[in-house]
Amino acid sequence: MDASLYASRRRRNVLAAVASYAATFVGLTWLALILGVLFWHGFGGLSLRVFTEMTPPPGAVGGLLNAIVGSLIMTGLALLIGAPIGILAGTYMAEYGRHTYLTSLVRFINDILLSAPSIVVGLFIYYVMVRPMGHFSGIAGAVVLSVLVVPVMVRTTEDMLTLVPDTLREAAASIGLPRSLMIRQIAYRAARSGIITGLLLAIARISGETAPLLFTALNNQFYSTNLNAPMASLPSVIFQFALSPYKDWQDLAWTGALIITLAVLAMSIVARSLTGTRKAS
Amino acid sequence: MVDVAWQETGVDVQDVAERARVLNRLRIGDIVFHRITKTAALLVLMVLGGVIVSLFLGALPALQEFGFGFLTTQSWNPVTDKFGALAPIYGTIVTSLIAMLIAVPFGLMIAMFLTELCPMWLRRPIGIAIELLAGIPSIIYGIWGLFVFAPFLQQYVQPPIIAAFENIPVLSTLFAGPPFGIGILTASLILAIMVLPFITSISRDVFDAVPPVLKEAAYGLGWTQWEVWRYVVLPFTRIGVIGGVMLGLGRALGETMAVTFVIGNAHKISTSLLAPGTTISASIANEFTEAVGDLYTSSLIALGLILFIITFIVLAIARYLLLRINRRIG
Repeated sequence: MDASLYASRRRRNVLAAVASYAATFVGLTWLALILGVLFWHGFGGLSLRVFTEMTPPPGAVGGLLNAIVGSLIMTGLALLIGAPIGILAGTYMAEYGRHTYLTSLVRFINDILLSAPSIVVGLFIYYVMVRPMGHFSGIAGAVVLSVLVVPVMVRTTEDMLTLVPDTLREAAASIGLPRSLMIRQIAYRAARSGIITGLLLAIARISGETAPLLFTALNNQFYSTNLNAPMASLPSVIFQFALSPYKDWQDLAWTGALIITLAVLAMSIVARSLTGTRKAS
Repeated sequence: MVDVAWQETGVDVQDVAERARVLNRLRIGDIVFHRITKTAALLVLMVLGGVIVSLFLGALPALQEFGFGFLTTQSWNPVTDKFGALAPIYGTIVTSLIAMLIAVPFGLMIAMFLTELCPMWLRRPIGIAIELLAGIPSIIYGIWGLFVFAPFLQQYVQPPIIAAFENIPVLSTLFAGPPFGIGILTASLILAIMVLPFITSISRDVFDAVPPVLKEAAYGLGWTQWEVWRYVVLPFTRIGVIGGVMLGLGRALGETMAVTFVIGNAHKISTSLLAPGTTISASIANEFTEAVGDLYTSSLIALGLILFIITFIVLAIARYLLLRINRRIG
């Protein structure tokens, strides 16, 4: 009887191990499959033309220049708006109000905003910016993205500043350094690589965002750097082209998808190697 | 105090005044910086408030027009201006639940592999690879799902499934043809792939936090690896795992682009999982810029409000549970 009990326990153990290996294999295969398909469809279209020409009308050749420029402008602006707010809020939470009620409330809300559906944020900005202005605009797109940047920056800044040893702060205080100077010159410096990681993760997060741009920045067939007018972006061009019936548009969509994915993956890998820690979920 | 000391050593008055000025400036700088950071923190709360207020105001016309019936009506007709949210709500919940049914066992098994079975040197690379899945933008999953996954399902997977369940009572309705490729089931599968990394990484983190003493004690009694994981690790981390699952569910509920590509955008509730449907986020993404008329736009914003409320509740529960396990471990 004992022998059969041992055998069944061993069998169950082997079964679990096999299931576990299989699950991991499947997970990794998906990643390989997605990347493989992206390269397969997108790599052929990758040429200098993609970066130097405008999005074409169906049937003509062209590139993605206006979309790439639009994405860069909106991402850059979003960082300029969102990153300082996020860093300052994180600073308050880690330095001034570490154990206050406000901090725990902000942390809780921020964590929810971090995973909240971005399309809802898009509706919010549509309501407060696009509707009053009367038209879609690049600046509204930038503001949407900045709202998505803030939670990432708050989270990483708070985490990284909390990791700075208190002895550093005490040493600064003991030589008479005011608190704000201590934060800016010592705590920020000690947490710098962590905060840069946060920035990279924020860029990675927003550079693939599509849903909230659809009804804020809309899209633009032409080259435009006018922030007050609709602006093209890589994700929305991919969305439009992929769902079109034209073969050459679909090919361009694949190429755009490859560019975004490579950029995003490169940034997350750099971000990881900078700190050696995992990303804040 | 300092200034008294300076005076005693005979430093002239000008220096003292200069010093007082500098100290004063530093003090003001301190206060200003404190205020600025606090304002930034309050701004985070205001964003949430802004989202809620603006969605509510935007949804008000539709809510006034349709009242509570908005939640229970299936018709969605822009021509006659009759809107009901039942089909998108149904699609959102069903796709997310199926996705979780697939992703949770997979995620837990991968996390078990990473914490118990995997050789040390392989843990980090595999962990990073799985997390890279989370970093891929959702539009990539969408285009991949539309051009690769859906045709594959349509050709090779759905016909045999339809044929196999043809004569079985319940399953034949669930898997009724024709094989469209796109539809509720395809969207659920893509969602499952997307939330898998979130569940995996959170479960791995909480599994890693189990004190080794507990596991060693169980091994010392002669337990197998599976038994240790099932009866020591899992019960110990239950709250955290549920928190991770809820976090994944929150993502799945709000996921937009990937679903928009493959769900088919049909405002009706079908009993078949292979039929096209729609979700809240897909409806908004597909129709918002084309919506003419205030009532149409307002109905879409009302959908957004419903989505926000659902995800807010799910995410709040997730964060609360994760907070609890962190307190227990930390």
